[in-house]
Amino acid sequence: MGYAIETRDLTRVFRSSAEVVALDRATIQVREGELFGVLGPNGAGKTTLIKILCTLLLPTSGKAFVGGWDVEGEPQKIREVINMVSGGEVSGYGLLTVRENLWLFSQLYGIPGGEARDRIGDLLKVVGLEARADTKVNRISSGERQKMNLCRGLVTDPKILFLDEPTLGLDVNASRAIRCYVKSWLAERPGRTILLTTHYMHEAEELCDRVAIIDRGKVLACDTPSALKRRVEGEASFRLEVALTDLGLEEMGQLPGVRWFFREDKPERGVTEMRFILEDEAVIPSIITRLVEKKVRVLHLSKTEPTLEDTFVKIVGKTI
Amino acid sequence: MSLERNMRCVYARAYVRILGANRELSWVFFDTFLPLLGVAAFVYIYKATTQDPEVLNTLLTRVILGGSMAAFWMNVLWGMGANFYYEKENGNLELFLMAPTSRMALLLGMAIGGLFNTTFRAISTVLLGSVIFGVSFALTSPLQLLAVFFLTLLALYGLGILFASLFLMYGREAWHISNLLQEPIFLLSGFYFPVRFLGFYVVTIASFIPLTLGLDAMNQILGGRYALEWGLLPVGTEIGILAILSILFVLMAKYALAYMEERGRREGSLVLKFQ
Ligand SMILES: Nc1ncnc2c1ncn2[C@@H]1O[C@H](COP(=O)(O)OP(=O)(O)OP(=O)(O)O)[C@@H](O)[C@H]1O
Ligand SMILES: [Mg+2]
Repeated sequence: MGYAIETRDLTRVFRSSAEVVALDRATIQVREGELFGVLGPNGAGKTTLIKILCTLLLPTSGKAFVGGWDVEGEPQKIREVINMVSGGEVSGYGLLTVRENLWLFSQLYGIPGGEARDRIGDLLKVVGLEARADTKVNRISSGERQKMNLCRGLVTDPKILFLDEPTLGLDVNASRAIRCYVKSWLAERPGRTILLTTHYMHEAEELCDRVAIIDRGKVLACDTPSALKRRVEGEASFRLEVALTDLGLEEMGQLPGVRWFFREDKPERGVTEMRFILEDEAVIPSIITRLVEKKVRVLHLSKTEPTLEDTFVKIVGKTI
Repeated sequence: MSLERNMRCVYARAYVRILGANRELSWVFFDTFLPLLGVAAFVYIYKATTQDPEVLNTLLTRVILGGSMAAFWMNVLWGMGANFYYEKENGNLELFLMAPTSRMALLLGMAIGGLFNTTFRAISTVLLGSVIFGVSFALTSPLQLLAVFFLTLLALYGLGILFASLFLMYGREAWHISNLLQEPIFLLSGFYFPVRFLGFYVVTIASFIPLTLGLDAMNQILGGRYALEWGLLPVGTEIGILAILSILFVLMAKYALAYMEERGRREGSLVLKFQ
């Protein structure tokens, strides 16, 4: 069986003042029915990948297929079966209402009028935007806009949907709502495929069947979230709370046996939180000793379950 | 299927354009009132300097026609030419280009929507202008007038689609080019005076802008004896040239659009914003 999405050594170079390699021989294979995540820091090439797959950008070299069609040779075929929504997206016409905007975009896909109206009504209900349906788009909040954009992507009932950071900048509730619709949309429609990019580990972990981790245009790993987490299983991941301090603690990251160190001050709770990934637990005493020497008061130490973030850190070498 | 899709796209784009443009009523006021001011300046100059009432009427006919056709020129520049630039800034261009619809259908919808809005404004200029300034039209052939009007618009909006595709590659430059083209064409196409007075060479070049021949022909049909005398070419010939121009521009637009889109995909300029 063919893949819903497949890239082979996909490379994209931008030539502006300097040469930027946005995608560097990236190879991924997304199966039909999958919710596939692409996880990577800023500038990793996530959006570039999506733009190529959406036929808006050509590869510099390598191949990309969507629905079995080549992005270079058969963009028209691809366009008929895809849609894309991006999180930071500001689109549509401010003077038109939410409903009118959605209608316009549905017409570009040739959806018959009555059917389009029904679908729009249903979708607005699902995302809880019914009350805003007849509000002009320049009057709605960014969370509502994002929901509208999601409706725009879903209204054409695409076989393959691309979501570029769909929860970017949304509050906890709105993000959760969006994740929830995305999940149930796919669950209710067998044979549909979603490729989603994100910065957020928990989002990838919660939503995706498989995740590709990319950094500087390269695919560094690609597996299920649980398999990725297993890669850091042998390692020890700890959280250490100390009384709030303004001492520089960078040296903790240099101690032998420390793979990764992250510090975050939480003044509202009067603590400084540190997180460590250690080669093994035997390193802990030396960390505590070092802190005591610096007269930092240790409050709490706990071992944490490996997360996708730990894997990410291990693979990419830095936090997202 | 794909024809139906494209028809739906044309309809939706036009409908939404008309809806959006008329939602802010202040614009309707500005668009009908402001062109009259431009016309008024020329009307008073001609009134102050021309004794012969028949000559005056010919000149005023020209001014009013020019004033109303100016609305179409502005629409072609700003509504069509700079359209993809605006859509890019608004974040809609990607959505349009990602859709399976034909790009010509999008621009055609845009043109029809723009034509609808602008025709209303152009007619109001003609009506208000002729009443306020007391101009009488000597309509010789309604059929010819209609033919000239439609062919001029066809060629003009074909040119608009061509601009749109050329501007697809550019960012803010597109806006500057539109700005740059606006005023000189008022002069070159003889919006407010018989274009023949510009001399043979200038007029030949200016004739590539469909408004030049269109205005000249309309003036000949509506402006009486002197208009015929000052006309460039016989009306029939002008109609023929306009027909050729329309086909030429529409074909060129189609190819330019495909070429520019391909180039944009290669260079990454379709996905850039704020350049
Ligand atoms: N049209 C373009 N022209 C020039 N350079 C570009 C263009 N688009 C992207 N880039 C560069 O390519 C690299 C990858 O960008 P891309 O937008 O794909 O990253 P991303 O993973 O989506 O990042 P983010 O998380 O910030 O959205 C960046 O260095 C970016 O500056
Ligand atoms: Mg991005």
